[in-house]
Amino acid sequence: MSFSTVLSASIEGLSVELVRVEADVSNGLPVFHMVGYLSSEVKEAGERVRTAIRNSGFDYPPKRTVVNLSPATLRKRGASFDLPIAAAILTSLGKISMEAMHGCLLIGELGLDGTVRKIPGVLPVVMEAKRNGITRCIVPKENQAEGALVEGIRVIGVRRLSEAIEVLNQKQISNVNEGIDSRGSIGAQIKNRSGDNIPDFADIRGQENVKRAAEIAVAGRHNLLLIGPPGSGKSMTARCIPGILPPLDLEESLEITKIYSVMGMLNEEEPLIRERPFREVHHTATRAALIGGGAVPHPGEISLAHGGVLFLDELPEFKKSVLEVLRQPLEKHSILISRVYGNYSFPADFILVGAMNPCPCGCFPDMEKCTCTPTQIQTYLSRISRPFLDRMDLCVEAARVKYEDLTDESRAECSAEIRKRVCSARTIQKERYRGTGITGNAMLAAGDLKHYCELGPAENRLMEQAFSVMGLTARTYHRIIKTARTIADLDGTDRICERHLQEAIGYRVVDEKYWRR
Amino acid sequence: MDAMAYEYWLAGIRGVSAGKKCLLCRRMKSAEAVYYIEETRLNEMEFLNERERNTIMQAGKEQGFEEAYANMCEKGIRLIPWHAREYPQRLLKITDYPYALYVKGSLPEEGRRAAAVVGARRCTPYGEKYAVEFARALAACGVEIISGMARGIDGMGHRGALMGKGRTYAVLGCGADICYPREHIGLYVDILEQGGGILSEQPPGTPPLAQNFPARNRMISGLSDAVLVMEAGQKSGSLITVDMALEQGKDVYALPGPVNSELSNGCNRLIRQGAGILLSPDQLLEEWELAADSPLHGVPEDWKNEKMLETAEKLVYSCLGLYPKGADWIVAETRLEARTVMELLVSLQLKGYIREVAKNQYIRS
Repeated sequence: MSFSTVLSASIEGLSVELVRVEADVSNGLPVFHMVGYLSSEVKEAGERVRTAIRNSGFDYPPKRTVVNLSPATLRKRGASFDLPIAAAILTSLGKISMEAMHGCLLIGELGLDGTVRKIPGVLPVVMEAKRNGITRCIVPKENQAEGALVEGIRVIGVRRLSEAIEVLNQKQISNVNEGIDSRGSIGAQIKNRSGDNIPDFADIRGQENVKRAAEIAVAGRHNLLLIGPPGSGKSMTARCIPGILPPLDLEESLEITKIYSVMGMLNEEEPLIRERPFREVHHTATRAALIGGGAVPHPGEISLAHGGVLFLDELPEFKKSVLEVLRQPLEKHSILISRVYGNYSFPADFILVGAMNPCPCGCFPDMEKCTCTPTQIQTYLSRISRPFLDRMDLCVEAARVKYEDLTDESRAECSAEIRKRVCSARTIQKERYRGTGITGNAMLAAGDLKHYCELGPAENRLMEQAFSVMGLTARTYHRIIKTARTIADLDGTDRICERHLQEAIGYRVVDEKYWRR
Repeated sequence: MDAMAYEYWLAGIRGVSAGKKCLLCRRMKSAEAVYYIEETRLNEMEFLNERERNTIMQAGKEQGFEEAYANMCEKGIRLIPWHAREYPQRLLKITDYPYALYVKGSLPEEGRRAAAVVGARRCTPYGEKYAVEFARALAACGVEIISGMARGIDGMGHRGALMGKGRTYAVLGCGADICYPREHIGLYVDILEQGGGILSEQPPGTPPLAQNFPARNRMISGLSDAVLVMEAGQKSGSLITVDMALEQGKDVYALPGPVNSELSNGCNRLIRQGAGILLSPDQLLEEWELAADSPLHGVPEDWKNEKMLETAEKLVYSCLGLYPKGADWIVAETRLEARTVMELLVSLQLKGYIREVAKNQYIRS
């Protein structure tokens, strides 16, 4: 048998395309040809594969070898084709039986000595394989646990090329499957959150308002802006937020794990992401780093924060253009990146938490300490554009920590308690928006407000008064109502009451004129 | 040609002091004569030095001042030379009065009491509040308020006077056609609309240069009968105004502030040195024997009636003062829940008892 074909897969963004690796070994001049719209790293595979085959104890006869990766219109990248190419050649040479290749997908990088090395993106590949009716996947040992997260498909991890061949030539496939299927424990894995390294809200003294605002933000998936002087614990508070995020369900968890898999950021032993991600981005981040990019786009920070929290500290220090690109994903909850080769869509449904100082020195409005001129303050604040601020539902001041708070022995409410309230509020929302595609109060459009957030006469009066006294705009109005809806949900009441609106007004995003003196 | 064009020419010469210009003008009888002066005649002016003579000769060769003068008139700016009848009498009494004033709008009324409201640009809500309060009450009783339209206290003084439906005059360190700081453009327009005026010693088009500001301060005090210092640090520029006011023999009053407040330090020192103490606009009006008959005048709603508030609201209200306090402090002080405090704060705000000066920072209003 001189011709053989092996299944493998190529990853484009987050989507997977199955690739057929064909090899033909025939008599003729001993040349090695590889075709099929290959990038340079795939072309290099030829050298790796031939050497690895030889070093795995097989003869490589001086024959004419042609390898084709199909479909030929798809650009192939990465080192993950090494293993399938080697397998295809060995099948052509008769070292592996043709039947063994039936319904089997291979993926992995080879070292010259024949070791199989780990590659990114195994999880989405295995998922796609399952969808296509493939029954076995042979993957690098390091990626086995990750692949095993998919139900109803055998994932076999191998360390060396020779091991892969043994596995393929084994008559009884079920024998090699021992200890591989860790599927049964996944449900348990999710419940068993580690969460040890997350700081707890109980450790934060004072800052009651910030904690409350964080609770509301998480409960309704609102974006949150923290304003406060340096050293007031804005970042510390933000880092506590993962502790009050509701637990992931299996579907969400797999979706997030998929993104991390493509980025090669999974833990070998415990690949499943069980915690909602919390991504803190430094203000030197570029646009591509934030939303994703590259010639072949990789997911950016906003996609890595999918299902969790994206924290931007020192918001005004970010380049304006970087912040502006966030506007669209904040509305759409996903990001579409267009390239010549095609469009790549990444999920990006996250809660944005921003932190900033009230002025360059951070002391405003304490005029005894503030050394900034009004112009400086204005310039500082104008770095955050109006449209961007419009996407923040809540805004709260983080005050400087007082001495009494530092010495106070009593512990504050712990994250677990807050989390319980958040979860029940989320359940209420889930019920309410069943079948509408809305996942949280923050996603309500202006048109939905009438339906879901009806106000009584007393509440309407209150809003009217707030309009005239505080000079609210229509935009702030909507955001206040949405926030009040979440506060009412936390309260467990169906109707939005005056007190909910009052609290929501207290956490509204300030208008520019506030800063003007 | 309009005789005023020559006045414009003479007033615009830099490098010759106002006093010498006046003397020159007096000797030559008119600005026009100064323009056409011959070198030998100019050399007879013993009070001018070599450089000043050269400056005048050089300026005499300049063309185009007529056009500039016409432009200025088009902008609605008038030139009031020292010998004009409208030239404020109060200003003539100071030693180094300006040669001419560029005025947009009106000039302070002769015989009507005028008070300068001055203070630091960097000020606290406390200073702001009382600048507005005093200016409003005084303006409502017909006192004209004079200030420099700077940020902070100055602007608040003008604002208060406008609220009291009175006339107010801004003395600028730049040309009268330039609004500095720019964000006060609303104030600039309102002052003119309400019958006040924008005054300057600098020709139109002069940018705001730091060196011109002390000279402006002498005009602020010179145009007023009394100077009210609302908030001033130890090195505040408003203390320059006070020094000049004392030199000119004007009354100086200062608003007392907390002893630990750096921004009230200058005021407190002035009081210690014998300045009048500002306790209330009423007390001041009484001292000046002005009747508080205007309907706009009244007891400033200093402390609103707390009896109208609910117990919890009272508790939160009692925590607040004239300096901003964060919501978190109130939570710590009242030991109420954060959500309750926020509800009460908003409720107090809507009732008009308190004001949010920055995000979650509140003061009594």
